[in-house]
Amino acid sequence: MIPLSHYLALSAFVFCAGVYGLLTRKSALSLYISIELLFNAANLNFIAFSRHIAPGNPAGQVFALFTIAISAAEFGVGIAIILLLFRQLRTVRVSEVAAMKG
Amino acid sequence: MLNVLLIPALPLLAAVAILFAASPWLRERASRIAIGAISVSFLLSLVVLLQASGHEGHGPLYEGEMRWLTLGTTDISLGIMVDNLSALMLVIVTLVALLVQVYSLGYMHGDPRFSRYYGFLSLFTFSMLGLVLSDNILQLFIFWELVGLCSYLLIGFWNEKPAPQLAQKKAFLVTKAGDLGFFLGVMAIFALFGSFRFEEILAGPKLALIAPAALTFIALALFFGAMGKSAQFPLHIWLPNAMEGPTPVSALIHAATMVAAGIFLVARMYPLFEAAPYALAVVAIVGTVTLFMAATIALTVFDIKGVLAYSTISQLGYMMLGLGAGSLTAGMFHLMTHAFFKALLFLGAGSVIHAVHTQDLREMGGLRKDMPLTFWTFLIATLALAGIFPLAGFWSKDEILLAAWHHSRPLFFLALAGAFMTALYMFRLVFLCFFGAGKKHGHESPDSMTRPLLVLAVLSAVAGLVATPLFGNWFQVFIHGAHEEPSVWLMLLSTLAAGAGIGVAYLAYFRRAINVAVFTQAIRPLYVLVKNKYYVDEVVDLVFVKGSLLLGRVLAWLDHSLVDGAVNAVASVARLVSKAAALIDTYLIDGAVNFAGWLTRALSRVSGLFDLYVVDGAVNLGAWLTGGFSSLLRATQSGQVQSYVMVVFAGLAAIAVLVLFGGMI
Repeated sequence: MIPLSHYLALSAFVFCAGVYGLLTRKSALSLYISIELLFNAANLNFIAFSRHIAPGNPAGQVFALFTIAISAAEFGVGIAIILLLFRQLRTVRVSEVAAMKG
Repeated sequence: MLNVLLIPALPLLAAVAILFAASPWLRERASRIAIGAISVSFLLSLVVLLQASGHEGHGPLYEGEMRWLTLGTTDISLGIMVDNLSALMLVIVTLVALLVQVYSLGYMHGDPRFSRYYGFLSLFTFSMLGLVLSDNILQLFIFWELVGLCSYLLIGFWNEKPAPQLAQKKAFLVTKAGDLGFFLGVMAIFALFGSFRFEEILAGPKLALIAPAALTFIALALFFGAMGKSAQFPLHIWLPNAMEGPTPVSALIHAATMVAAGIFLVARMYPLFEAAPYALAVVAIVGTVTLFMAATIALTVFDIKGVLAYSTISQLGYMMLGLGAGSLTAGMFHLMTHAFFKALLFLGAGSVIHAVHTQDLREMGGLRKDMPLTFWTFLIATLALAGIFPLAGFWSKDEILLAAWHHSRPLFFLALAGAFMTALYMFRLVFLCFFGAGKKHGHESPDSMTRPLLVLAVLSAVAGLVATPLFGNWFQVFIHGAHEEPSVWLMLLSTLAAGAGIGVAYLAYFRRAINVAVFTQAIRPLYVLVKNKYYVDEVVDLVFVKGSLLLGRVLAWLDHSLVDGAVNAVASVARLVSKAAALIDTYLIDGAVNFAGWLTRALSRVSGLFDLYVVDGAVNLGAWLTGGFSSLLRATQSGQVQSYVMVVFAGLAAIAVLVLFGGMI
């Protein structure tokens, strides 16, 4: 069996990749992909802990499935927002969208 | 085992090769790859069918599974199972898919997305084959959704036009409403049986132990899913719009893949339905309502594919009636014969549309001479659908009528009236399209299109014989269904009904002895009701589409009037208070101030100097400090999402550092 620390290292790597993408990418779509990486890093942790710490209890795995479903719904809303953004401003570059500027 | 796995695997490989390969070499050979794959699948399916018909003993012919995932202590597996039911479906699906793909060579010739079309067709076939081979209901559900996705892709294949776009969305959403019920059923099955596998659900000891009410709920939930896919009232509304797809796709959807899935689901779960007699009664009633309603609508439609679409809905109603009346044989038998003659009808209609470039029956006529092959094969399919001895539809429809007779008399008579209308609307179509004065001239379609018609015509003619004593009632034995003695008077009655339908069509649309316009005028309210398809679309639009919009408007109004109103109220109260304060200020205070001002003018000269340097200085200092801080704060509110994200993660990192090294928390 692969030790828990391997899973955690992979998950941390995926999470950092997501954060890096979130901070450096320009396109709103790329930001969404980075957010999906964050979700998947968290899911990996859920599943790894579920298998190693409480093998008889499926709660962690079910939670991961739940997260996948929620993130699918969230992506549905997000893509609608991006589409509307594009229709209004003809761009999806987040640096050019600053309507919330104080 | 490998040969069974290859049956769905080959179309999948073909689809992947066509859709995802970047090489133009592969794309140019898309049709050859797809047809080659499905041909091999068809031959393998034939072998499996032969094996299954020689298979003695109980239990499936092939079985194999692998563990997919483990949730806690529950294993969920993926697997395939071939029993006689799925062996039969394999042959129907691969045969119709093969013929449709050959036919499409001619029909779709020169389409700019020719290769993608073949990729989608292969994927569609794979999904349906996976569905019939599934050994558990969860896997069946997965393939069920794949079938829905593929039909979405193919109905809207010409998606540069608006109508196919709307049709594909409608098909997807309406069937999705049914899938909600299906999914509820799947969850309830897992909760009660603790397993998804058909063997444990249907053949295990648990079926007898579960409360009848729970079984009825599961059966009804699954049936709701089947209603969506198999276009039963009131979820039938997507099917007529699905005609926007290419005609060979309609043939595939109507004969072997999409709509057959719902019937197959009920047939697959049949032991569960038999244990829930109320659910079975609902199946029979919904089937009868569907068959009757759709048959009446088919009488009023002038679109050649529209007539066929409502005819399909009506025949699916017959299948559900057969299943609901307690005869698995009747339902599955009609599914098989219908697959052949409905595929033939659609391909024939496609051949007509290909020739005259219109779908309106009023613009057709006299095509009998121009397109003899299309005409004769179409006529055979029409006779088969109308239930004329000894063509395929005659035998299967009589099985259903027989089952209905033993189940319930009112349903039987409605079904008999349906048989009359079936003959009427089909011969109306034939007379309008192929007889009379020719308004447009057609030409016979190319060989690749007419050869599949010939194969299907032979099958439409003889496929019914497998369930007759001539072949030792092979079909009934094969499906393990109950065999009921056919009754001669019932056959006579149904032939009489069909004959009457043909006769009325002959008088009305060939001899013109009955004036249709006068007749429809005489029953005008009824005619308007039927012509508008019983307003089902309008009701659905009113309740669900307009209902959702109304809900949205109510919420928007609440937002405007309550939330915004509260904010505005605060603002206007504040304004009133300030106005009152201003009035008091003007009259009371100003007067006093003026008086006092005069008195203090002298003093103010002195204090003015103090004011200028000390007080103003302090106020200016305060303003300068506030301005400085606020511009600092403003800089953080940049509106740049990524700078906010940066703050979030910096905070996260700070917390992590505090937890790890600071011993906080």
